[in-house]
Amino acid sequence: MFRRTLMTATAAMALAVAGLGAASAQETIRLGAAAPQSGPLAGGAAVTHWPAVRLWVQQTNAAGGLQLASGKALIELVEYDDQTNPQQAIQAAQRLATQDQVDFMVAPYSTGLNLAAAPIFAQLGYPQITGTAVTNQQPELAAQFPNMFFLLGRTGVMAEDTAKVLVDLREAGSIGNRVALVNVADAFGIEMAGISKAVLEGAGFEIVYQSSYPLGTQDLAPIIDGAKSAEADAFIAWSYPGDTFALTDQAIVQGFAPSVFFTAVATAFPAYAGRFGEQIEGVLGMGGVNADDPAFQAFSAAHTELAGQGPDFWASAATYATLEVLGQAIEAVGSADRAAVLAHLQDRANSYETILGPVDFNENNDNERYWTVGQWQNGVFRGVSARGRDGAVDVQLFDGWN
Amino acid sequence: MNAQEIGKVIPWALLLLAAAFVPVVFSPYWLSMATTMAMFVVLATSWALFSGPTHYISLATAAFFGVGTFVTGLGFQTLPFWMLPLIAAALGGILAALVGMVTLRLSGVYFVIFTLGLAELVRQLVTWVQNQTGQRGMYVLTSITERDIYWMLLGLAALVYLAGWLIGRSKLGFALRIIGNDETVARHVGIDTALAKVALFTIPGMAAAAVGAILAPRYIYIEPSTAFAPLLSFQVVIMALLGGTGRLWGPLAGVIPFTLLWEFITRQAPNQTLLLLGIVFLLIVYVLPGGFVGLWARIRRRFHQGGGA
Repeated sequence: MFRRTLMTATAAMALAVAGLGAASAQETIRLGAAAPQSGPLAGGAAVTHWPAVRLWVQQTNAAGGLQLASGKALIELVEYDDQTNPQQAIQAAQRLATQDQVDFMVAPYSTGLNLAAAPIFAQLGYPQITGTAVTNQQPELAAQFPNMFFLLGRTGVMAEDTAKVLVDLREAGSIGNRVALVNVADAFGIEMAGISKAVLEGAGFEIVYQSSYPLGTQDLAPIIDGAKSAEADAFIAWSYPGDTFALTDQAIVQGFAPSVFFTAVATAFPAYAGRFGEQIEGVLGMGGVNADDPAFQAFSAAHTELAGQGPDFWASAATYATLEVLGQAIEAVGSADRAAVLAHLQDRANSYETILGPVDFNENNDNERYWTVGQWQNGVFRGVSARGRDGAVDVQLFDGWN
Repeated sequence: MNAQEIGKVIPWALLLLAAAFVPVVFSPYWLSMATTMAMFVVLATSWALFSGPTHYISLATAAFFGVGTFVTGLGFQTLPFWMLPLIAAALGGILAALVGMVTLRLSGVYFVIFTLGLAELVRQLVTWVQNQTGQRGMYVLTSITERDIYWMLLGLAALVYLAGWLIGRSKLGFALRIIGNDETVARHVGIDTALAKVALFTIPGMAAAAVGAILAPRYIYIEPSTAFAPLLSFQVVIMALLGGTGRLWGPLAGVIPFTLLWEFITRQAPNQTLLLLGIVFLLIVYVLPGGFVGLWARIRRRFHQGGGA
């Protein structure tokens, strides 16, 4: 009997508190975020995704919130761990939408998880502005999921621009014709290596060494050994974070220093510079930013203050920009009316001011302005090749591990 | 089938019918929970069909599941969708038979380790083929909704239950119970133990591959690292053992509370899901050796004794 009374009292209290919450709730916008906090991609999300999301929420709230027609609205962030598992990513998006009833959702982290969650976002009418999905399927995806928007770029373009860096260097007489091309044997690496090979061979390059290794391979010495004995002028590796570090490590150990040394994902991470210091001067990698842009520098400083570490020089800023785009769309509509905000985003005439520079979307919901190749120069990873972005600096030849 | 058996089947048929109305009655959130449950019901029940009577712990679920998702990934553009789970089931069955012929002579820990390695082996094989052919991550863009997926899984679950019920009544089922109790005795009374085990091992293989084929449109982006994730194999084992493998309904009794608990933990303490897996495993070993089925049997026995006294 006592227990039942106690329960009733608790329930009544919960109701009362909930009622209080509802009374003041009109001044907040609930923003849901599900991304890896455990599993294989947790490390990458801890660098690129979470600090950028939390920073935007903190800065927006510090400025008083978003300006709606009815007044300022603060952002309330609801976070879940999707365990780097598509099954859980689906469930988390579903839970955020229907149980937590968030007004908007941050797009998940990585290409695979974004695609897994896409049907839920589409079905429930949430805009999905991705800062970490790289694909070549924008037209097909935009046709199927008209609420999905892309900020980070296309795989095909990234591979083409990387090849173009080599073509330009050869035309300038800086490098020869011999290329070593390696890739991690997973979806990403296979696709990128395929495109690069076609472009390079089309441009008259000779692939003197080509190899791949399974994801998670610890010992990459044979790969570097093979590229070294093939006497390649340029080394291109479509690698993932673990192998980006391992390949660099091995190249230093074996003294393999071609005129161009390119590794893909995670080359732009601050941890890469943290690990190798000044040795990586001249290393090329995927992505990039305009490091001289005051907007990026301010972002970097705030990021360091909040997270205790700087942003990466690629997708961190893009992730932050996805929320800037969302926030500006909400303010333009003047309310948290999801359908109206989505309609605003789908109106191609609208554009947004972000730390990446201006953003707008083409008929495939793709923002066609992005960084494709970057290079470590004086301790900063600077963009050397971009589509539609200003501030690209000249490529320097790699002059060995200092 | 006699009248008593019909009486036993009717409540299950009604339950299945009720389950079919979940997408109509409940919110999309509960539909997505129910889809996850239906998936695990099929996987755990078919797993228990083999592992229950024989006591062989198989960790090969992820291998079969992954093969199924790749069947859909490769075939959904050229073949009608209904054929894909069938093709996947056929391939899963063949793979299971091959693996069974090689490994079912092993027992105990050797079998467990081999099946764990199988998912990794198949994953590397698929990756190797992709690498050789330049094939890459696959986008499964279809108009199939979660509702369709749920109903297909429910149909598959009905088939698995039917298969389990038929096997339980057949000579094969009887033979397997003898093998589980004492394999030497089974061999001496003239049972072809290897054949019986291989035959039964194809069932979880077929079911898991079909589940993978059905679920591929839900994942949209298929790549080896997610399709062959080893966690799935462990989840299935834990759920089946939690429910108990002695009865056909055992795994169901494990899947439902476990999925709800997993969801609850994910919401309340996002980083503690693996801890949950470990604790449940300890619980099974120390407190619930026969799972909920064993617990139910104990309660009933005590009740009957109390009533008789």
